[in-house]
Amino acid sequence: MSLSKRSTIIVEHLRRQQMWDGLSKGKRLDGRNLDELRPIEIETGLIKKANGSARVKLGNSEVVAGVKVETGEPFEGLEDKGALILSAEVLPTASPYVEPGPPDEETVELARVVDRGIRESEMLDLSKLVLVTGEIVYVIFVDCSVINSDGNLFDATSYAAVAALINSKLPVFEIHDGKVADTGEKQETPITTLPVSITAIRIGDSILLDSNAEEEACMNARITMTSNSNSDFAAVQKGSTGTFTLEQLKRIAASAKTKGEEVRNKFKELIESGQ
Amino acid sequence: MTQARSLIDENGKRTDGRTENQLREIKITVGVIKNADGSAFIEFGMNKILAAVYGPREVHPKHMALPDRCVLRCRYHMTPFSTDTRKNPAPSRREVEISKVMREALEPALMLEDYPRTAIDVYVEVLQADGGSRCAGITAASVALADAGINMRDIVAACAAGKINGKIVMDINDTEDKEGDADMPVAYMPHLEQVTLLQLDGILNDEQFSQCLDEAIKGCKMVYEIQRKALMQEYFGDETEMKEEQ
Repeated sequence: MSLSKRSTIIVEHLRRQQMWDGLSKGKRLDGRNLDELRPIEIETGLIKKANGSARVKLGNSEVVAGVKVETGEPFEGLEDKGALILSAEVLPTASPYVEPGPPDEETVELARVVDRGIRESEMLDLSKLVLVTGEIVYVIFVDCSVINSDGNLFDATSYAAVAALINSKLPVFEIHDGKVADTGEKQETPITTLPVSITAIRIGDSILLDSNAEEEACMNARITMTSNSNSDFAAVQKGSTGTFTLEQLKRIAASAKTKGEEVRNKFKELIESGQ
Repeated sequence: MTQARSLIDENGKRTDGRTENQLREIKITVGVIKNADGSAFIEFGMNKILAAVYGPREVHPKHMALPDRCVLRCRYHMTPFSTDTRKNPAPSRREVEISKVMREALEPALMLEDYPRTAIDVYVEVLQADGGSRCAGITAASVALADAGINMRDIVAACAAGKINGKIVMDINDTEDKEGDADMPVAYMPHLEQVTLLQLDGILNDEQFSQCLDEAIKGCKMVYEIQRKALMQEYFGDETEMKEEQ
């Protein structure tokens, strides 16, 4: 029931006024247009001990994600599917406002929204990751650590998780005499689609994509929309205490599709370059 | 998300006999908990959910108090016996998230600036779960807040829509949530025409997204009428009800 402290950074009154003046003319304090994303940098394979890894910079927001693969029992009701477990944490390195300790509400939401985008889009064909139906399956852990926080952690974390999965090679497990053995061989990760999360915020009547921390401190409402490779929507989450009108939501849905395609091309480049 | 069987039969009826744009049976009782400042019990299909409001009251711990407004705190919790397999009573990640979105769905309707240095606690206890419990919970909490006499801009009504067998339908139940293609819970303030909660699990194309959103909002408006009736019944009794119907 904690009320989160991370979003309590203070934006001075003058700065806020400046931001509003700019927004009414369609310009943001960092010079971007309202629907312009910050530069995205993706580096993959940096963690050799992981089955796959990625470091993503979205402006100054930076996330490292690693994939680890084990075997274990399937989830209840999903006996014929491998298990996907995604976690996210905001490290105390990320900003002066983060303290070590159990995840607060905001961080739990972050992990669940990123997880939902990947799970609901069915990015991985989990039915290919079963050893013995109902007993032993592959368990894919995707752990994401935010190391620097400057807004829009939802998208930065999602891009890191997706890039780490693209980068990963899975071990090949076999069952010998009822025991799981690692054959030492590697197999491709069964990727079926590339989910892209696009987050928009509303400040007054302006809709901004890929907000930074300063803008988020002034936002009225936030929404994250994840689309798959067919540009269909797979997951949506509205957040923060403000509201949206129906018209605004439909407008955001349209830009989530076009901007999502831009980001998806970056993922496609990763796949083509064999990273 | 596997389509094991057809969820709509040849007569267009759903597994529980409803049509595409029909809500489950909803019953709201106001003022069910004596000690609370406001409360409501909702039966939303098989969902049985209790909402209690305490406050505005002094904030504990004190440092959480805000000088210019009231702090709204929400807890969504499922009792161990509310689900098919026993639910561990400790709050899960899902419950933490729902508590958060629930608070954010209710807050726009409340005039929290009227109660500086205080807290309002909203407790939502799911006694029996049947899919769409967050929507039912928000609906009940909103009625409980009104019952507590908190100044409000509007009532928040919530209803989900979704996609089953490729069709957009109103108010997804447990089976449809588990076996269907998409679930979109929405909370809406009918007079201010503002969406305060929007989530989606599952795949929808452009057109279906708009259609689903429209259907959910239609459901919210129907839920609102039931909320209003329940409050009228509690405060003005049967007579007003009859007068209104005439």
